[in-house]
Amino acid sequence: MKNHPELAEQFNTDEARVNWHDETLWWVRTKRDRMSHALPEWEQLRESASQIKNNVLSNLSDYLIQFESNAKANGIIVHWAADANEHNAIVLSLLRQQGATQMVKSKSMLTEECHLNEYLEQNNIDVVDSDLGERVVQLAKEPPSHIVLPCIHKKKEEIGELFHEHLGTPKGNADPQFLTHAARLHLREKFLTRKVALTGVNFAIADTGEFVVCTNEGNADMGAHLADVHIASMGIEKIIPQRKHLGVFLRILARSATGQPVTTYSSHFKKPREGKAIHIILVDNGRSIHLGRPDFRNALKCIRCGACMNTCPVYRRSGGHSYHTAIAGPIGSILAPNLDMKKYADLPFASTLCGSCSNVCPVKIDIHDQLFKWRQVIVKEGYATSGKKVGMKVMNSVLSHPSLYRTSGKIGRWIMNHFPSVVNNKLNPWFRQREMPEPPKESFREWYQKNKKR
Amino acid sequence: MKVALFIPCYVDQFYPQVGIATLELLTKLGVEVTYPLQQTCCGQPMANSGFAHLTPNCDSLFIKNFSDFDYIVCPSGSCTLHIKEHLHDEIRPDEALSIRKKIYELTEFLTDILKVKNLTASFPHKVGLHQSCHGQRGLHLSQMTELTAPPFSKPERLLRMVDGLQLIELDRKDECCGFGGTFCVTEEAVSVKMGKDRITDHTKHEAEFITGGDMSCLMHLEGILRRQHSHVRVKHIAEILNAQ
Ligand code: SF4
Repeated sequence: MKNHPELAEQFNTDEARVNWHDETLWWVRTKRDRMSHALPEWEQLRESASQIKNNVLSNLSDYLIQFESNAKANGIIVHWAADANEHNAIVLSLLRQQGATQMVKSKSMLTEECHLNEYLEQNNIDVVDSDLGERVVQLAKEPPSHIVLPCIHKKKEEIGELFHEHLGTPKGNADPQFLTHAARLHLREKFLTRKVALTGVNFAIADTGEFVVCTNEGNADMGAHLADVHIASMGIEKIIPQRKHLGVFLRILARSATGQPVTTYSSHFKKPREGKAIHIILVDNGRSIHLGRPDFRNALKCIRCGACMNTCPVYRRSGGHSYHTAIAGPIGSILAPNLDMKKYADLPFASTLCGSCSNVCPVKIDIHDQLFKWRQVIVKEGYATSGKKVGMKVMNSVLSHPSLYRTSGKIGRWIMNHFPSVVNNKLNPWFRQREMPEPPKESFREWYQKNKKR
Repeated sequence: MKVALFIPCYVDQFYPQVGIATLELLTKLGVEVTYPLQQTCCGQPMANSGFAHLTPNCDSLFIKNFSDFDYIVCPSGSCTLHIKEHLHDEIRPDEALSIRKKIYELTEFLTDILKVKNLTASFPHKVGLHQSCHGQRGLHLSQMTELTAPPFSKPERLLRMVDGLQLIELDRKDECCGFGGTFCVTEEAVSVKMGKDRITDHTKHEAEFITGGDMSCLMHLEGILRRQHSHVRVKHIAEILNAQ
């Protein structure tokens, strides 16, 4: 499988597209800035959100048990899934109980993480993603490239083409309004005929057993209200202690995500209506292990707003798919190694450690510090390439011996001056698109000794 | 006041003029500066690549060279930040800690310790300021656009003291240039693209020079500029603040 540098290089073969991708996401970042800068209490809100989440992580098992008993008292059926397989099997068994072969699903990054769609397909269940962006990537048979804007890598013309092929819209029509309308008609039929609907969960309230789902399209509500059975899948870190804490989270979520004051729909689910059922699946899938890593546990504070992706100068220029994991960007790069350190060893290195991600994060995750720490862990666990290891050892011994350092510096500069082709060649990744610095005749130290020694 | 100069390894080897400008500038401002001759590197290149466990030798050498001084001044935000955040020593933990507290990046030393109010420098050109991430977001040399907080900028304040210098506005005030240490070779495609975009923001606003507090970022931008045969040049902020 290709790693981040290779996939990023592939993405960069079309520079105009990279520019467009970068500018589109930068525009979202700018909207976020405008919204957050307009609130004088913004930094306090971030701090509160962070503290509430810290409290949750420190008392997670208690809150989960509290949530379970309150949800049960409300008439919700609660399931626990240790991993992706268990989660998927629970969903399938619920579908089978209903004799359903079809399901609508609103946006849920957890189900992406669990690869639910593929699993259900293999079991002959037809899944329709009802979020517009998700539907687009589903039709294109691609994974989402962004957690909030799943088809941000697609231009409207490409979407027009997809809709022409799958929904029969006229060829060449790429008018966003027209296409949205076409998708709506197509989805309406699905909403009306599906007996089972699955949604994600943004916040689950321990104190009341309720949960909240945030969308802009109202598609979660449409699905859940029209179906007989509503399945809600949530990662166990989605708990918040009390309803009043929504006052913090609902204010920061949409502002950080898209620069809106609040999501268009923030739907509260408490108990099933007469004759209907709500199931909630609490999924661990590596989260307890993550919680046990002191340096990395607070990545579980994430509320999946996507702000760290929009601001990330690398993500904007490498595209979501270059991260080869369900959750891309900076947050994905600190979550993925917890699940599979070998497979995702490249991701913590796919960053310049510029720190912009940590600054936009509404729950104050120290994302770039964790990227640095993951690098140390990955190298120590033996997942660095061996070339790199030798190079680093040589570099270290040179840099810890002043005279060796001076000699190698001198030789290096001499070689560059006299045989520039040793460094100026295609094997040197610096030189492919950049000139090497012009080596000076003397180092600073040599100058200093000549000029300053009294 | 005993002040030591820490010149990062790549500046020592490739950009001696930056070390010279730093030394001359500080001397002009009445500071007596010593350059400990046995210095090499802060160890950042290894640590950022995941090899922090290899740096103890580098760290103890650093301590040996610099623990005798009241202040250590370095014309690089990135190397300063690395020492501030990561220098440690099993045998001499207190000395390591004290060095972490007394190392300063050049512009913060000028602003916060020397409290420089005016300079006798002249640089009659249009200049764009590239804020290196480690200096800005790590050392807080200037306000970060992500935060809801009052603006300030230590390097900008100093540049405004230079005669004839015209500071240009950028569309993206604090976007990363894509250098990122070993990132610049391991993620070559994205690194170069980021650098090109950073340059476009400057050329679009008619910069003649790109300046900044980190020669590493400028070296990367210079490499791209020269490949593009651009007339735009890079200059470390010490060279501009010291320009006559
Ligand atoms: S890490 Fe922070 S900024 Fe990134 S998606 Fe999660 S909450 Fe949002």
